Order: sequence, then structure tokens, then C-alpha cells
Amino acid sequence: MPVSAGTSLLIILIVAIVTFATRVIPFLLFPKGKEIPPKVLYLGKVLPPAVIGMLIVYCFKSVNFFGYPYAAPELIAAAVVVILHVWKRNNLLSIGVGTVLYMFLVQNVF
Amino acid sequence: MYRKAFRAAFPYTIPVLTGYLFIGIAFGVMFQEKGYNFLWAILMSILVYAGSGQYLAVNFFAPGVGFLDVIFMTFMVNVRHIFYGLSLLERFGRMGKKRLYMIFSLTDETYSLFFITKVPKDVPEDQFLFAIALLDQFYWVLGSAVGALAGALIPFNAEGIDFAMTALFIVIFTEQWLAGGNRIPAVVGLLFSAVMRLIAGSDNFILPSMICIMLCLISCRTYIEKGQKSENGETAA
Repeated sequence: MPVSAGTSLLIILIVAIVTFATRVIPFLLFPKGKEIPPKVLYLGKVLPPAVIGMLIVYCFKSVNFFGYPYAAPELIAAAVVVILHVWKRNNLLSIGVGTVLYMFLVQNVF
Repeated sequence: MYRKAFRAAFPYTIPVLTGYLFIGIAFGVMFQEKGYNFLWAILMSILVYAGSGQYLAVNFFAPGVGFLDVIFMTFMVNVRHIFYGLSLLERFGRMGKKRLYMIFSLTDETYSLFFITKVPKDVPEDQFLFAIALLDQFYWVLGSAVGALAGALIPFNAEGIDFAMTALFIVIFTEQWLAGGNRIPAVVGLLFSAVMRLIAGSDNFILPSMICIMLCLISCRTYIEKGQKSENGETAA
């Protein structure tokens, strides 16, 4: 372990509390019976797809698009995930094949 | 008395069962490679229970970790959850003592199941939703444990296994895209983050991205809601 057991436990507890906080905030802001402003309702409706887009960028944040191998393993694997998912609509298949292909590409090809 | 609810909920959770096993195993392997055995993986998956949050958290276990960084980054990677609860205030409000666990276990996958499943007529809604939430976390804990154990027993080259998280988000993105409706928010999220990544660099782009996305979505509200109305034929709130 890179850090002590006590520090590890502290990290887990902090991550747990902060994660729970993000989930409980709306229930604290709008307790039972209180009306939700239309602007908040609107944001709740349109933010999730935007955040997923942001998370994809987050996953690629350390990838070098401007030098060899020009993000080829990432782009190939991502394209396969999309094509496979449009074709079969099977979460496990898309995630599984994409991940195995990516592992093969980074370990053996690039 | 819950047997019926679990039996009714199980078929709906099969996609999450397969997905969580895979992603949970990947987490267990990554965590084990850091030097944490399956008990640590189980503990974290019980207490935290967040896919992307736990992947990210693996990086926190390093000498000289800044606790403010841990708080900020965990908040940022999970901040989207704030908006999930907004659409579940009423449903969870009817769930009595189970409400707290429902809020705790509100992951991307459980959240989406709540909106694509229909509660069977002969099962109470609160028991059905609770069964989905509990089954999902069970799969997650099981996957993490298997990953940590298999990683300890069979040493293999796991380089690139973290692509499972990327693939999960791409699948959710594709799923949302195929579901139709308004695609502007998805494009806004992707575009603004990519631009902010180029401007602000890999370590500081999430917060400016969030702010730009929120400002853009709020200022385009009339346009986006008009688009939704004409596509879905329903009146926007």
C-alpha cells in the first residue's frame, strides 16, 4: 500500500461522504412538499447528457492527439464501441469488446 | 414479503449485473495493483459506491495526497448526481425509511433503470425500486471483490483495462443519442469540455467546463425547449 491503512481509510471515508453529499443535496434543498423552481427543473433535465459528454472528454484528457500514435488506440476502440452499440444495443458487449480491443492495441500494437 | 419485489426486479437489472461485474472487476484489479486486497475493495464499494468516482479515487492513494484535492475532484466527478435527485424528489419522498438508502445508492445506472422500468402492478413501488437499488450495489461489490481476488491470484497485464470506464460513458452517450429527443445538451457538453481542455489544460478544465455548459444551457433555454416541444410533441415545463 502506498499510504498507511489509517490514511487509506480516511481517503475512503472522505470520498464516501463527498459522494453521498452530491446525491443528497437536492433532497436537502427541496424537502418534501417544497416547490422546485422551473429553471432548476429545466437544468435537471438537460444537464445529464451534457455531463456525460464532459466525462468522455475527461477520460481522454491525458491522451496526446498531436503526436504518435495520434490517439489511434483510443479513437479505434471508441469507434468500435459506438458502432457495436448502435448495431447490438448490448451494454456488456460494447463495453467488453471495446475494453479488450483497447488493451490489445496499447499492449501489442502501439 | 420482499421476495416478490426482488423476483420482479431481477430481470430489469441484468444489464447492470453484466456491466457492473465488468467495471467492478476492473476497479478491483486497479485497486489491487495499488496494493489493496479484496477486503479494501469491498469496503470501498460498500461505503462509496460510485463507478467513475472509485476509478478516480484509485489515484488518491499516493504519498502526499491533498485532502482538499480529494474533496474537490470527488465532488466534480460526482456533481452530476445533484441533478438526478431533482427528478426523484417525489418518488423517494414516498419511501419512508428506505429513502436514505435510495439517495445513497443513486448511481448513473440505478437512476436510468428507474426511468426505463415499469413497476409491476402486484408489487409495491417502494419495494420494487429498493430491490433494483440493492441488487445493483450487490453486483458492484461482487465485481470489485472478484477483480481484487483475480488480480491477486492471476497476475496479468492489465494495461488499458481502465478503458472500461470510457466505454461505459460512450455507451451511455450513444444510448442517449439513439433515444432521440434534444441532442443539443450532449453536443454542448462534449464541445465545451473539449475546448476547455485545450485552453485550461488537463488538470483544471472541469470547473470552467461546468460553468460554460451551465451558462450555455441556461441562455439557450428557450431554443432548447422549443426544439424538445416540436420533437416530442409535448409541452415543456
